[in-house]
Amino acid sequence: MDMRKTFTVVIVGVFLVFSLVGISAAADTIKLGVAGPHSGDLASYGIPSVHAAEIVVKKINAKGGVMGKQVELLVEDDVCKPEIATNTATKLVSEGVDVVLGHICSGATKAALGIYKDAKKIAMSPSATNPALTQSGDYPNFYRTIASDDAQAQLEVDFALNNLKAKKIAVLHDKGDYGKGLAEFAKSFLEKDPRAEVVLFEGVTPGAVDYSAVVQKIKQSGADAVIFGGYHPEASKIVTQMRKKKMKTAFVSDDGVKDDTFIKVAGQYAEGVYATGPKDLSSNPMYNEAVEEHRKAYGDDPGAFYPQAYAATLALLNAIEKAGSTDYDALRKALQTNDVDTPLGKIRFDAKGDATGVGFSVYQVKNGKYVEVK
Amino acid sequence: MSWDVDYFMELFLAGLTRGSIYALIALGYTMVYGIIELINFAHGEIYMIGAFTALIVTGVLTLMGWNSVAILFIAAGVAVVYSSAYGYTVEKIAYKPLRNAPRLSALISAIGMSLFLQNYVLLAQTSDFLPFPALIPEFEWLRPWEHIVRSSQVVIYVTTAIVMILLTFLIKFTRIGKAMRAVSQDKEMAMLVGVDVNRVISVTFIVGSATAAIGGVLIASHIGQINFYIGFIAGIKAFVAAVLGGIGSIPGAVLGSLVLGWTESFFTGYISSDYEDVFAFLFLVFILIFRPSGILGRAESEKV
Amino acid sequence: MISFAEIKKSFLVSLWFVFLTFPIMVIRVNTIYKRVEWRWENMLLVGIGSFFFSFVWRYLLRRKELGRKKKLAEEAGVRVTLWQRLTEDRRIYLLVLAVVIAFIAAYPFVFSMYQTNIMISALIYIMLGLGINIVVGLAGLLDLGYVAFYAVGAYSYALLNYHFGLNFWLALPIGAAAGAFFGILLGYPVLRLRGDYLAIVTLGFGEIIRLILENWNEFSFGPSGIANIPRPWFFGIKMSLEQSSIFIYFLLIALVVFTIFVVNRLKDSRIGRAWIAMREDEVACQAMGIDRTKTKLTAFALGATWAGMAGVMFAAKTTFINPASFTIWESINVLCIVVLGGMGSILGVIFGALALILLPEYLRAFSEYRMLLFGFILVTMMVFRPGGIISATRRTYKFKSLDES
Repeated sequence: MDMRKTFTVVIVGVFLVFSLVGISAAADTIKLGVAGPHSGDLASYGIPSVHAAEIVVKKINAKGGVMGKQVELLVEDDVCKPEIATNTATKLVSEGVDVVLGHICSGATKAALGIYKDAKKIAMSPSATNPALTQSGDYPNFYRTIASDDAQAQLEVDFALNNLKAKKIAVLHDKGDYGKGLAEFAKSFLEKDPRAEVVLFEGVTPGAVDYSAVVQKIKQSGADAVIFGGYHPEASKIVTQMRKKKMKTAFVSDDGVKDDTFIKVAGQYAEGVYATGPKDLSSNPMYNEAVEEHRKAYGDDPGAFYPQAYAATLALLNAIEKAGSTDYDALRKALQTNDVDTPLGKIRFDAKGDATGVGFSVYQVKNGKYVEVK
Repeated sequence: MSWDVDYFMELFLAGLTRGSIYALIALGYTMVYGIIELINFAHGEIYMIGAFTALIVTGVLTLMGWNSVAILFIAAGVAVVYSSAYGYTVEKIAYKPLRNAPRLSALISAIGMSLFLQNYVLLAQTSDFLPFPALIPEFEWLRPWEHIVRSSQVVIYVTTAIVMILLTFLIKFTRIGKAMRAVSQDKEMAMLVGVDVNRVISVTFIVGSATAAIGGVLIASHIGQINFYIGFIAGIKAFVAAVLGGIGSIPGAVLGSLVLGWTESFFTGYISSDYEDVFAFLFLVFILIFRPSGILGRAESEKV
Repeated sequence: MISFAEIKKSFLVSLWFVFLTFPIMVIRVNTIYKRVEWRWENMLLVGIGSFFFSFVWRYLLRRKELGRKKKLAEEAGVRVTLWQRLTEDRRIYLLVLAVVIAFIAAYPFVFSMYQTNIMISALIYIMLGLGINIVVGLAGLLDLGYVAFYAVGAYSYALLNYHFGLNFWLALPIGAAAGAFFGILLGYPVLRLRGDYLAIVTLGFGEIIRLILENWNEFSFGPSGIANIPRPWFFGIKMSLEQSSIFIYFLLIALVVFTIFVVNRLKDSRIGRAWIAMREDEVACQAMGIDRTKTKLTAFALGATWAGMAGVMFAAKTTFINPASFTIWESINVLCIVVLGGMGSILGVIFGALALILLPEYLRAFSEYRMLLFGFILVTMMVFRPGGIISATRRTYKFKSLDES
């Protein structure tokens, strides 16, 4: 009896204490929110952005901050789930965030944008490539430093038709929002083009025990090339099975696969795989400097979307500086009228929110590394 | 869609591969259920731990330059030992105290254990998908059929068959097997005739975990990739297979697994992979409507 | 107290754990980068940790055993719980009620929007918990696919709004009806199934709904989901995000109170008694003349109705839904609420929902270890309190014997 009573009192007490923690005081700093998956199976896509923000903010704070104020980072995890993303967004807004770097996954971004829109906060994503986010016009507060999926899909299709001269193409996806969206774009572009036909359009179930059946289907369809929309875990499984079955079908994929992890996981079978990704930046001195900074701070090479996040952080803070305030409309104007030097090159943003000067190229795995195909 | 024999054979063998893996896991589910009427949600994680342990051993031994077949056997052996140990420990911690508690509580405990093990491996290791080296060598005599079936698949079939035979032998002809059958029939009575029920339950968990570990090693070798989450999905599928075949029955578990594997494979191959899981579940419902205890399940008579 | 035998036992336990966790905790193999890392410190950590932990664990287990024996011994007298004592004394009850009402009413104004948002999530889960309580707690039907009805409610609002511009207030009853309909739909095939077969089929049903939503793009927009779902509308007043949150909060409070009221009445009604009878012994209840089919179907249908409504609220709150929000884990979450909180008891469900939602949010500080702790808490709670935090108490009638005064 006593245990139950004390137990209840403790629980209620704990709740109260924690609720009180929620009442926070606002400090006089510029608050930059960083939202994305920082735990769970997609963490490798979100953590590099946090690193980028940390490095940029540290540099800028050392130089005196923005508008004389120090920049404070508010890092929140959304595990790439839309309903968690809304909680994350609400948390950031109620903590008085000024601008947001995020989110990472298109689905989570979509969910969060509604909240940012109502709160009149600008969000800039380094990785959310769903075209509707900018092109629908629903989210005037959204910007991104990466090109959208339809551009990627178009590039993949053009490459498959022009360079690989494929006539029969199997389009696959991993049933996720990103992968399926890309695949559908690719399919519609292909259907409009008389030079090739779509012989197969299938989704693979992520995490399934074995993929032989789908791979058989690819073989059966007689496809010359496979266009895959999705992330590297599924891509590497499919490619591995295909190559083990001695299938020479070309494999063209997207920036979810243009990741060194793909090469390391698929090993020898990654050889010859094509993937689209943001344009090669190794000739850009600022990019090299940013990579060096990451190596020095974290001891490892930067991961996915690092340069895009770096650029986005620079663009956001630069806009605040140029606009002289964190006011929503002033910031929008600043983003659209000012060029900013970033590891991606000199960029600015169009009225819809896409970055100009940011494009995609096709890469191929040669000798264990992704090499840009000219 | 061409109906040629090659394609059919490939799908058949793909289904057989899936089914065999499900079987190795489903055996553990069905045995545990038969003994203590618990859906051991954490069983999928035991399978995953088996795969991870094998990966770790392989990683260390490969760096030391050992021969690949030797590594396979050692890794499998170590994986079996460790999975059994985990199974045994999980039972002692999370299930034994709940033997007299309502069924639902034991189920939640199992779910909690599953979550715990998943995150334990995630945190102690990594969230990445780790490549698993192909340890099974390509067989020379298989070369002419290489485009249909690979040596790793053959190994899977043979191993599953051997495991099933061994298990049936264990249950039917050994003393401990008899004890297991007794406990699953009537626990109180078994205690009265002198069976050490705790020991029998532990042995059941150990054997079940061992088969799951073998499954883990094999599938890791075959697919080439593992990750802390593979246990969950494989576990659910294996559980469906066990129920389909009649939970509590060992041949039922294998039969249910094979049926599930073939259903998925053929559906994907001839119709579409989009709805393969939907079809599998609908198939399950269909079977259960006509045979409420599963295909080979014993019709339970309720004593009033 | 701490004898040598105890120390020896704990020592052996800790040795066992060190052995057990050796590969996974000590050796970290990364085959991507071809690296092997040996972390010997972890061995020490595990050894010491498990040594102390085993003491605590065994102590608590012993206490539980003693507690149970005591309970069996005093079976003669009827157990009166703290809550019963509280509720019986009118004055304390009213006071506590007043405090709770004041707290609830003031909550969104005192705390930030973030806190209100979390409380809204918790309230939705309370509704879900109360709904599944009907199916699992009262009727004893193990439903692992409860999330399907939740999805049905959410998607019916989203789709009807998208195609026909249906507003929130109409969608609410429609969502409830849709839930009930699907509940009956699920109920039919499972009538003959018992226990764990029922569990797997309901799990399958949950997955089927999710997979159909994910793959049938023309109907449900697949994984991209449906966005821009309007929030509840209040006489056409344009509300800011903050005001909208407060509005949704109070709306949910009203709904939850309504749900509690209905479930309470149901529990004591004929159908409620029928459910409890069916849960205890199906054969006996049939022998008493209770129509098993009708009872099961009503359980499913009524349980699903609340899920449908909760789904509509969910869609209105997050304004964006996609199939990924309706996985097996959600069903399991809701089930945990009921079992952790106390099956069959309304207060228990409320506590369970609050715990399950608020804990992970407040555990964000531990972010990485969140799920690990959660799993651990589940196991511990079940081992030490299998009845849940607040177990259901049957209505008791005390008869004053002639000897007592």
